[in-house]
Amino acid sequence: MARNARRKRPVRSANPGANPPAGTGGAASAVQAAAPDPALRPFALVPGLAHLMLGRRRRGFHLLFFTLFLLLVVVVRWRAFTDGFSSPALDEWIATRFILTALAACVLFSFLDVHRLTSEQLDAAAAIAKGKSPFRVAIRRFGENKLAVAALYLIVLFYLVAILAPLLAPYDPAAIENPTETQYLGPSLQHLFGTDEFGRDLFSRAVFGARVSLAVGLLAVLVAVTFGTVFGSLAGYFGGVLDNVLMRIVDVIIAIPTFFLLLTLVGVFEANLLALVLILGFTSWTGTARFIRGEILSLKEREFIEAARAIGLPHRLVIFRHLIPNALAPVLVSAALMVGGMIGAEAGLSFLGIGIRPPTPSWGNMMSGGQDALLTYWWIALFPGLLLSSTILAFNLLADGLRDALDPKTLMRRYV
Amino acid sequence: MARFFAKRILQAVPLLFGIATLTFFIIHLAPGDPMDMYLEPRMQRQMDPEVIELIRQKYGLDQPVHVQYVKWLGNLAQGDLGESFRHRRPVASLIAERVPYTLQLAILALLFDALVGIALGIFSAVKQYSLVDKGVTVGSLVIYSVPGFWLALMLVIVFSVNLGWFPTSQTRSLDYEFLSLAGKIGDRLWHLVLPVFVLGVAQAAGTARYMRNRLLEVLSEEYVVAARARGLRERTVILKHALRNAMIPILTIYGMSLPFLLGGAVLIEKVFAWPGLGLLGVEAVGGRDYPVIMATMMMGAVLVILGNLMADVTYAIVDPRISLDGKKRTA
Amino acid sequence: MALLRVEELATYFFLDEGELRAVDDVTFEVNEGETVALVGESGCGKTIVAMSILDLVPWPGQIVRGKILFRHEDLRRVTREKLRQSRGGEIGMVFQEPGAALNPVYPIGRQMSEVLQLHRGMSRHEADREAVRVLGGVGIPEPEKRVNAYPFELSGGMRQRAVIAIATCTRPRLLIADEPTTALDVTVQAEILDLMRHLQAQYNMATLLITHDLGVVAEMAQRMLVMYTGKLFELGRTQDLFDDPKHPYTQGLLHSVPRLGAGRDDPLTGIPGAVPDLLQLPGGCTFHPRCKLSDEECVDEFPSMRTLPYGRVCACYKVKDR
Repeated sequence: MARNARRKRPVRSANPGANPPAGTGGAASAVQAAAPDPALRPFALVPGLAHLMLGRRRRGFHLLFFTLFLLLVVVVRWRAFTDGFSSPALDEWIATRFILTALAACVLFSFLDVHRLTSEQLDAAAAIAKGKSPFRVAIRRFGENKLAVAALYLIVLFYLVAILAPLLAPYDPAAIENPTETQYLGPSLQHLFGTDEFGRDLFSRAVFGARVSLAVGLLAVLVAVTFGTVFGSLAGYFGGVLDNVLMRIVDVIIAIPTFFLLLTLVGVFEANLLALVLILGFTSWTGTARFIRGEILSLKEREFIEAARAIGLPHRLVIFRHLIPNALAPVLVSAALMVGGMIGAEAGLSFLGIGIRPPTPSWGNMMSGGQDALLTYWWIALFPGLLLSSTILAFNLLADGLRDALDPKTLMRRYV
Repeated sequence: MARFFAKRILQAVPLLFGIATLTFFIIHLAPGDPMDMYLEPRMQRQMDPEVIELIRQKYGLDQPVHVQYVKWLGNLAQGDLGESFRHRRPVASLIAERVPYTLQLAILALLFDALVGIALGIFSAVKQYSLVDKGVTVGSLVIYSVPGFWLALMLVIVFSVNLGWFPTSQTRSLDYEFLSLAGKIGDRLWHLVLPVFVLGVAQAAGTARYMRNRLLEVLSEEYVVAARARGLRERTVILKHALRNAMIPILTIYGMSLPFLLGGAVLIEKVFAWPGLGLLGVEAVGGRDYPVIMATMMMGAVLVILGNLMADVTYAIVDPRISLDGKKRTA
Repeated sequence: MALLRVEELATYFFLDEGELRAVDDVTFEVNEGETVALVGESGCGKTIVAMSILDLVPWPGQIVRGKILFRHEDLRRVTREKLRQSRGGEIGMVFQEPGAALNPVYPIGRQMSEVLQLHRGMSRHEADREAVRVLGGVGIPEPEKRVNAYPFELSGGMRQRAVIAIATCTRPRLLIADEPTTALDVTVQAEILDLMRHLQAQYNMATLLITHDLGVVAEMAQRMLVMYTGKLFELGRTQDLFDDPKHPYTQGLLHSVPRLGAGRDDPLTGIPGAVPDLLQLPGGCTFHPRCKLSDEECVDEFPSMRTLPYGRVCACYKVKDR
């Protein structure tokens, strides 16, 4: 979508640097424009600053943003940060060490990258070749899709929040103190998202809830994609009886309404977090399996596979070597889409009270209290739902951006 | 035609067999005594162990799993789904009572989806890059991303609790029995508005996106250019030549969207206390009512298979190149 | 007098990668009843010329300047409604792929009667009957049955007959045929060309025939235009161009086709090199890197059109006015 939109403004492509055209000179002129000046190197100690001065605006901005975000957390939550440092709890240990490591990594990367940019005069031809590699083109296209970049930012931000939860949450998410006084308080400066029936701070619960949602989403997709790839490859490569059996299993799973199956499995097995991940993965691998199987079957038909066989190359090697680049893009896109679906499914199950069980907070189970309370005290459901929706939206936008960036159809030349 | 249906039903048998098998083993792999399938654990504790042993024998639970499996399948083949121990009634009658509610919801949601989703998709594609198009593409992605149950909660808070326009839940008003026939229908529709909207709007968002892309693809086909070159009006070109071709794969999507629709209905039925198949399933899982759990899964699968069958039939009607046996004929 | 006069037509495609000049400064005429062939290698902008005449250039392409005078009226200036009536009414179009130009989900008879209803104001019933008659007229056997046939049920040759029938059922003044025989078997090609000639005589219809097949040109066209990289290189009577090609490109084109009666002293040579990328055209004469006559004169600016005797026009520095 974004790529087509850009075609509408032909004038922009005439502007070098801002939008390097794929033709000659584009990538090269961008490199030359950034006159490498080694004197800028000390500025790299503030991550991103030297990049900005070198004209590498995008990279500089990203570096600066994340460094500032991490520093902001440290400054604003200084007490929690110093307390966390001496705390014996694992969560705090991870969060504090993570901040330090991440800051160090930002500085180190910034410094090394600036060093590289200023020291070697990049060979223009090599730069063009590099700028034209499919991977680079995809990254550049993705970078030009503002919506997708914003989505990626949001996702990274949410993951940072999840990791730094113990530093960010102002209250203990599970603490129940004197509920009659603090019960059902509306949003205020003390309690940004209000409190629930036990007087727990919903903001703190939401911060910790991010951990469950994000972890479940990512891990479940990992399980599903691994499962699907393995089964799809086995079915497609070996064919015959194995293929038949595996594909009939796929048919069975597809025929049962997914959420019914999830509901039953999670309910019957009284799943914990790990089991939930496995079950979500188990119910969602069918699409990937079908796709991979189809790819292998069509690869088997191709002439170059025959040719490889004819000259004695192992058939299997050629298939899998060609499978990976062909299948990577669609699998990546569908994985990003699946993460959103998984997060939604987890929230739904937890909302029904059978997914993640209290007192562990998750965005879904924060809404699983009594229906009357949910309808009366609107803030209880509003904030977790907003977080949930924006996370899923971000993953969907990411998938869209990936699809556009990785789309092999680049030019419309049918009529020319 | 008759042969086609006979063939499809025969094809569905092994699928149903597979689903039944999967269901059986899921339940039997569940932690705990399989006796729980027939009698609630709470009751077992209050009973004489000898009586329990008798019941065990009566239901064949003392026999090895494979014997039980064959027996269960035999009952299933005869249409015997067992008895719910929560409701103390045959599961079949329970299901028969609930299915119409789910179907009302699903069919109306599909209708909403078809009308709104397709219309928006067409509009968006025809006015590509206009403000409306951008609104539809972004809006549909947002709607698509919002969990239905949460949207339902928010709509109930706004429209039912605060504005009082629609009922918060249930299928009928308290005075339902005293209404005339028209009044009864109106009352039911009034209760259906929010659940149907929530269920349909997410579907419509997906349809609009798909329809837009599909129509844009078709609009660049040569026969569309050819139709324009023949001087046909733009309206004819789009609504007659492009649309019919763009619609064909949408039908398959409808067939395949049924599992999602039924699955999505679970949460919506829960929010609106709508007594359909989904709510039955949720209650059964909550109450460990195993026979009902198994039956809802089977029933969901049957509905999905029927939905796919219907999609295939419509596909064959709409696309002359497709014969009912699903083969694509080309010259 | 000219039925169609295309003046300094330029159609560009605005792509991410830059401005693609698919048609650049093309001028020609088609007279009443005459067949003019538009010749060139694939990708030289022939189809875009045809698309431009009917204002059907696919996005992101755009006509940037020029006039398209059809019966003295500039089609770029008439109302959309008038243009729509010209399309299919006074100007018919035949496409390269008969399979792709027919809507797969409607019977061919329906697709024709639709046009008849629109342009000849027939009722549905009349149009359906006329469709049978027209299909029979283009040599489709058993037209009463075939009107209800779907495109996929017909062979390639039959489909092209149907496409031609649809394009000519309104008795247009001008038929634009874009590679009408390229996708067909050789034996069928001749039949289709015969059919076109027959219809042309019957309706006194002019034809703009787009093709890369010089055999077809020799057989069909009174005059021909040679295009290369979106630019017009040479224009003149077919016989003159075949006998004495002036432009080095035309010479190369003619020498890459075997001709009956050519002796050993007239070998097949072809043209060295390849058609350049339209986004990265060489400066000056776009043909100069492949031209054996080129020198420094050719590098800077595209040569202007030189007018030669017998309405002949040629764009080459090496062709001197005589």
